[in-house]
Amino acid sequence: MPLTKQEWLALEKKAHELRKLCLDTTYWAGSAHIGGGMSVMDMMTVLYHKYMHLDKEDPNWEDRDRFILSKGHAGVAYAAVLCDYGYNDPEQLKTFNLSNSKMGIHLDSNKVKGADASTGSLGHGLSIAAGTGLAARIKGKDYKTFCILGDGECDEGSNWEAAMTIAHYNITNVISFVDRNQCMIDGPTEEVMKLEPFCDKWRSFGFHVIEIDGNNIKELCEAIDYAYENTEKPVMIVANTVKGCGVDYMEGDYKWHYGALNEEKYELAKKSLEAFYKKRCERAEKEGA
Amino acid sequence: MAGGLTYTATESTAFSTAEYYGKTLVELGQEHDDVVALTADLGKSTKIGMFGEHFPDRYFNVGIAEQNMFGIAAGMAKAGLVPFLSTFSVFASLRSADQLHTDICYQNVNAKVIATHAGTSFGQAGSTHHAICDMAVVRSMPNITLICPADGLETVNAVRAAYENPGPYYIRINRGFDRVLYETTDYGFEVGKAVQLKEGTDITVIACGSCAFQALQAANFLENADGLKVRVLNMHTIKPIDREAIVKAIMDTRRIITVEDHSVIGGLGAAVAEVIAETGKGCAFKRLGIQDQFAPIGLHEDIMSPLGIDSNGIIAAVREAMNADFELDDDWDDEV
Repeated sequence: MPLTKQEWLALEKKAHELRKLCLDTTYWAGSAHIGGGMSVMDMMTVLYHKYMHLDKEDPNWEDRDRFILSKGHAGVAYAAVLCDYGYNDPEQLKTFNLSNSKMGIHLDSNKVKGADASTGSLGHGLSIAAGTGLAARIKGKDYKTFCILGDGECDEGSNWEAAMTIAHYNITNVISFVDRNQCMIDGPTEEVMKLEPFCDKWRSFGFHVIEIDGNNIKELCEAIDYAYENTEKPVMIVANTVKGCGVDYMEGDYKWHYGALNEEKYELAKKSLEAFYKKRCERAEKEGA
Repeated sequence: MAGGLTYTATESTAFSTAEYYGKTLVELGQEHDDVVALTADLGKSTKIGMFGEHFPDRYFNVGIAEQNMFGIAAGMAKAGLVPFLSTFSVFASLRSADQLHTDICYQNVNAKVIATHAGTSFGQAGSTHHAICDMAVVRSMPNITLICPADGLETVNAVRAAYENPGPYYIRINRGFDRVLYETTDYGFEVGKAVQLKEGTDITVIACGSCAFQALQAANFLENADGLKVRVLNMHTIKPIDREAIVKAIMDTRRIITVEDHSVIGGLGAAVAEVIAETGKGCAFKRLGIQDQFAPIGLHEDIMSPLGIDSNGIIAAVREAMNADFELDDDWDDEV
C-alpha cells in the first residue's frame, strides 16, 4: 500500500488533529502522560487511519484488526484516537483522569469502546497480542494484531518471554512496534537501565527488525508495508521517536513523561503544534510522490 | 454436571486427581472447538499435556514463562476462545499474579486456571513448591471464582463447571492421588454451594480439598468414640463462599472448625471467619491449616499430621472446641 502524497498529507492532518486533542485532554485533565502520548501518536494515526480494518459501527466486530497499547500509560493519546474515531463520545475526553470518568489514565477495555485490552501494568501487551494472534490462527481468521511497546517497558522480562513465544510459534500476524523515545520516568533509558544494542536484542530473539524514524509518516508506512508483505519472520518496528513530539518545550525531556499544563503552557504548546504541523506538511509536499 | 461421564470409584483409585482433569479437558476439547490449552513446561506434571496429545493445534507450551502464559490466555479469551492454563499452584498464583490480576481478572475474560500441586501436595519438593498462599492471593482478586475440589471426581465437576460458566476460574487441585470422597460425579455439585457430607448438631467442620475426606473420617470416629454429632461441610468453592451454609452452621451448632491445606491467613478459614464476624453471632471457632509458617518437607500425608490437618488433628481440635466456652445468647433471633 504505497503512500501517495495526498494520503501523506491527509495523515499529517489527522496526526495534527489527534495531537491537539491529546493536548486538550491533558489540559482538561490538568495533567497526563503527554510526553509518550505525543511520541506514539504518528504510529497510532497510521494504524487507525490507513491500515486497520475496523467497523465504525461495531467496535467488537469479530474480524477486526486488533490494537494492543502495551505502553498503557499513553492512554491520553489512545483515548483521543478512540473518541476521534467515533467509538466514544469526544465529550468524554473532558472527563479524562477525573473522578467518575469512564476514562482513567490507563484505559479499561470494559469501559472504553474500541480499547482491545486493559493495559497499564507494563510488560503485558506483547503476550496479549501473541494470544490474539494465535487465536486468529486457530479460528482461521486473517485479522492482524498491532502492538506498541514503550522502550522503558522493555526492561520488564515478560516482554522477552513473549518475544520468544512469537518467534517460536512464528506469529507473523502480530506486527510489533517499540516507541523508542529514549525516556522513562526517572531519566533517559540508557542511564536508568541500558537497552542498547536494542535492535540486536530483538534480532537475536528471532525478529526481523526495521529501525525507522517513528515520527515520520512515510517511514512508518513503508515499515508496515514490509511487515504485511514479508511473513517468514515476525516483524519488530523499532520506531525512534521524540518524547513530547510536536511541543518544542517538551521534546526530548524525560520530565515530560507525565506533566501538568497551566494556561500559559497550554497556549505555548498549541502554537508549537501549529508550527510543527506546518513543517511536517512541507516535508510531505517535498518528499511525497 | 458431569455430562456423559461414567467414572466410578474403582477408576478413582486408578487415576490421579490431575489425570481426571486431563481426561475431562480432553472431553471438553472434543465437545467444544473453542477450548484451547496452555502450559509452562508442565504438560506432563499437570496432565494438561493429555489435551495436547489429542489436539496439538490447540495446545501451546510457552516454556518456563508463566507471566507470558497468562497474557497469551487473556488475548485468546479476548478473541473468543476458552483457554485452560495449567502450572503449579505456587507459580500460577504468585509468579504470574500481576497477569492474573490485570489481564485475566480485571478484564474479566473467560480463562480457566487449573493449578495443580496445591497446598503441600508436592510436599517433598519443599516450600518453593508448596502453595500455601494461593487462595489468599486469588480470593482477593475481583471477578474470579475459586474452587478447591476434594478429590478426582469433584475435580471433574469443577472443570466442567468452569467451562460452562463464563468468567475467570481458578481451580486448585492436588498432585498425586487424593483419598476418594465421591464414588460418582452425580452428588449435586454446584458452584458456590457447600456439600454436606454428614449431618450433625454439636459442631460443624468446614473443609476443602483433601481435608474434606479427613474431616469426614474424623466425624465418623467422633460419633463412635465420643457420641458427638459432627456436621461436615465440603466447602469446595472458596469464592463465592456459601454464606448461607455457614450461617446455618452457626445457628445450628454454634461451634465451627475450618480445615484447609493452606495458610490459615486468607484462605477457607479466613473466608468463614469473615462471615461469622459479620453475622454478629457468638460462635466457638478455630482455623486448622498452616499456622503462618512454612510447611515441613515430606510426603503429603506425612506433612498433614504435624500441621494438624489430618483426621487426628481434626479430632483433637473438635474435642477442644467442645470444651470451649463462648458467650451464649438465649435470643439470637433479635440480633442483626
